[in-house]
Amino acid sequence: MKGKTAILEGSRAVAEAVRACRPDVISVYPITPQTHILEDLARFVSSGRLKSQFVRADSEFSAASIVYGASAAGARAYTASASQGLLLMNEVIYAMASTRLPVVLTAVNRAISAPITIQPDHQDTMSLRDTGALQIHVESMQEAYDAHVQSFRIAEDPEVLLPLLICMDGWVLSHSYEPVTVFPDEAISEFAGTFHPVQKLDPANPLTYGSYADQDVLMEYRYALMLAQEKAKEKICSVTKEYKDIFGHFDGDLIDTHCTEDAEIILVAMGSMVSTIRAAVDELRAEGRKVGLIKVRTFRPFPGEEIIKACGKAPLIAVLDKSLSVNTGGILATEVKASFYGNPVQPVILPFMAGLGGKEVNRRVIKEIVDIASRSGDKQGPRKDTVWMGLDHGFFN
Amino acid sequence: MDLLLGGVCKAGESKRLETGKWRSFRPVVDRNRCIKCGKCADLCPDSCMEIKEDGAEVNLYYCKGCLICMRECPVKAITKEVEEK
Amino acid sequence: MIVDREGEKEMTMQTEVKELHAPGHRACPGCGCAIAVKSILRETGPNTIVVSPTGCLETFTSPIRGSSWEVPWIHSLFENAPAIATGVLAGLNAKGNPDGTKVVVIGGDGGTYDIGMGSLSGMFERKDDILYICYDNEAYMNTGIQGSSATPLGVGTTTTPVTGNSFGKTVEKKDLVAIALAHGVPYVATASIANLADLKKKVRKGMDNPGPAFILMLTPCNVGWGYEPEETVELARKAVETGLFPIVEFEDGDLVSALKIRPVPVEEYLKPQKRYQHLFKNEKFTDVLEAIRKKAEDNIKKFDLV
Ligand SMILES: Cc1ncc(C[n+]2csc(CCOP(=O)(O)OP(=O)(O)O)c2C)c(N)n1
Ligand code: SF4
Ligand SMILES: [Mg+2]
Repeated sequence: MKGKTAILEGSRAVAEAVRACRPDVISVYPITPQTHILEDLARFVSSGRLKSQFVRADSEFSAASIVYGASAAGARAYTASASQGLLLMNEVIYAMASTRLPVVLTAVNRAISAPITIQPDHQDTMSLRDTGALQIHVESMQEAYDAHVQSFRIAEDPEVLLPLLICMDGWVLSHSYEPVTVFPDEAISEFAGTFHPVQKLDPANPLTYGSYADQDVLMEYRYALMLAQEKAKEKICSVTKEYKDIFGHFDGDLIDTHCTEDAEIILVAMGSMVSTIRAAVDELRAEGRKVGLIKVRTFRPFPGEEIIKACGKAPLIAVLDKSLSVNTGGILATEVKASFYGNPVQPVILPFMAGLGGKEVNRRVIKEIVDIASRSGDKQGPRKDTVWMGLDHGFFN
Repeated sequence: MDLLLGGVCKAGESKRLETGKWRSFRPVVDRNRCIKCGKCADLCPDSCMEIKEDGAEVNLYYCKGCLICMRECPVKAITKEVEEK
Repeated sequence: MIVDREGEKEMTMQTEVKELHAPGHRACPGCGCAIAVKSILRETGPNTIVVSPTGCLETFTSPIRGSSWEVPWIHSLFENAPAIATGVLAGLNAKGNPDGTKVVVIGGDGGTYDIGMGSLSGMFERKDDILYICYDNEAYMNTGIQGSSATPLGVGTTTTPVTGNSFGKTVEKKDLVAIALAHGVPYVATASIANLADLKKKVRKGMDNPGPAFILMLTPCNVGWGYEPEETVELARKAVETGLFPIVEFEDGDLVSALKIRPVPVEEYLKPQKRYQHLFKNEKFTDVLEAIRKKAEDNIKKFDLV
């Protein structure tokens, strides 16, 4: 299908997609850099272009709770937040996932205090990784648009029924402009379908939501989340494929790869950094260096097997992280390493901390990472400790 | 599995729990005194009092023996007895 | 017919009583909150979705495979019942709410006066069409009788302990009715399990009133207050008769009714309760008793109760 290409702000691209998916209920609370999305949606609703219930919330905790209640009542529900707001939602998102409420949430990634900052990194959504919610990380405004169009179908699938976070880096993706192809609302609405809940709050069939568990069932409900995330893998693959068939765009399903086939060094990363790496890989390839890229698109469900497969026989994997688990290192790197445990092919996996708190990651930095990684065979080369890119060592003297 | 998705449960399944086992006193209704005003039925936290033709009847399957009925009966038609276990 | 837990025995329901809050719930014997809930639901009828925060009510009504709710009911967390209610209502309204289903919150004092206050304030300010009923047992009972901002002056709880010179809670409870009124809530009332006809009338008004409505109920708790289970309704009545818990009603900010009383001394309410015992045992605490007496007198004057 042919769309219309326009120069759009990333937030606007998201709002366009959300509008066309026609959520029944939207509830949001302002936080930089998510605000443009909610402002666009508020305008759509007040001008009548979108017929949603738009609820101003008194906090992110309430915003998440409002969409929780709406979803339990059988409505398609949407919210968005960032950083401190996402942390405030943490408790609600746990309950939302376990109660199997398929809310879609745009997480505009921003670092966590202190010091307070509005710079982007992935610490906020990483703090939600164990909630049971799905996480899709996008690399461009176009992918942000595409992923939102796909999101409700995935989350609301009767075999999935989980909250879904579309994660996009603050500023780089939310506030920058890029050509984005958008499709007619009717086509998107048709693709997104409507929510058919398997159960809901309904006086005709009075169910009890949020019941109290003894030791006999809590583990079972957590395990059910494991199964649902496995189902989500299939669903994400089928929905992204269908989207490609209809709209001609494909941004990857669980992962996306670039120049991995014969690569000797493979960089693994998430979010907007992936676009930078893509460009750097092309330049390095032109110089004859065998470098490749794996974009981790779904951090939850985690595509461990897909990553291993895409790595093939590559001897060196460099994982770039924008989040930190203090005292153990980059979170993506830790999960990649865990995936390789017991695998017959054992590449050297090198963790890099790059872009924490918005620290610049440009092509030069990427090439530096490749250079450092390729020295890992040397005596002085890196072994397994995290390499902190751009860290000011003078700071600690 | 008898359980629904996401910790959701069916309505009214509490009715199989025999809370009457908790009782240490049992209310006894003197049907000759009972004026069938329904006060005990309204105030029973466990909905154990039913007003029948000839007066209030205690549902001992659920009655926890709180004795609010005894205390609130306007004509003192309810007394207590120690529960024999 | 319900199959029991192990699926071995089959058990028929033991009651014909069609209460919307079913028996077999796990409240302590004589729980005031359980009386309130049953009475509230008798008035709301089945076309109601109830929301509750975490607390005794949630715990004793919703064990897995043992729910006592016969209306749709949702609990999510401790601090968000008003927001959940707003969301449920928005979800209903998004589909036009053809059956006119109502949303009612029933929550404890901790979930209302304290941790849910921000969320409640948001619900009031948005003028969401929700009836919020707080069952106030004046402490965090479910976690073992800790003091809340609804715990009155002079009350001993596990976090406002009575030891030597300390006489329990040192400050007065929050005035939640005034807080609701300050939000411009169009229907605000207090009600008691000792006056069910009045409670029902108020629940009906709260349901019919467009926009938010707030009803505060004092629901004695024998475990947390320290009295015999049979005294629950009696104490609820004494709270009213002393003037400590005035039964009032406001429409659009105006006081439209106040239940007249023939005042009885506050001691009649305080003395049967363990949580106030120290005030009678120690001369040092007579000024606390005096402050409680004054509170009752102030209420009587303020609302013209006599
Ligand atoms: C965020 C959070 N903090 C604390 C608790 C622990 N907690 C559960 S119930 C409860 C007390 C509830 O008190 P109240 O609202 O007065 O209801 P009651 O139990 O007295 O009926 C507390 C403190 C919790 N579940 N969640
Ligand atoms: S502790 Fe009090 S409020 Fe809680 S169930 Fe028991 S009597 Fe009711
Ligand atoms: Mg309480």
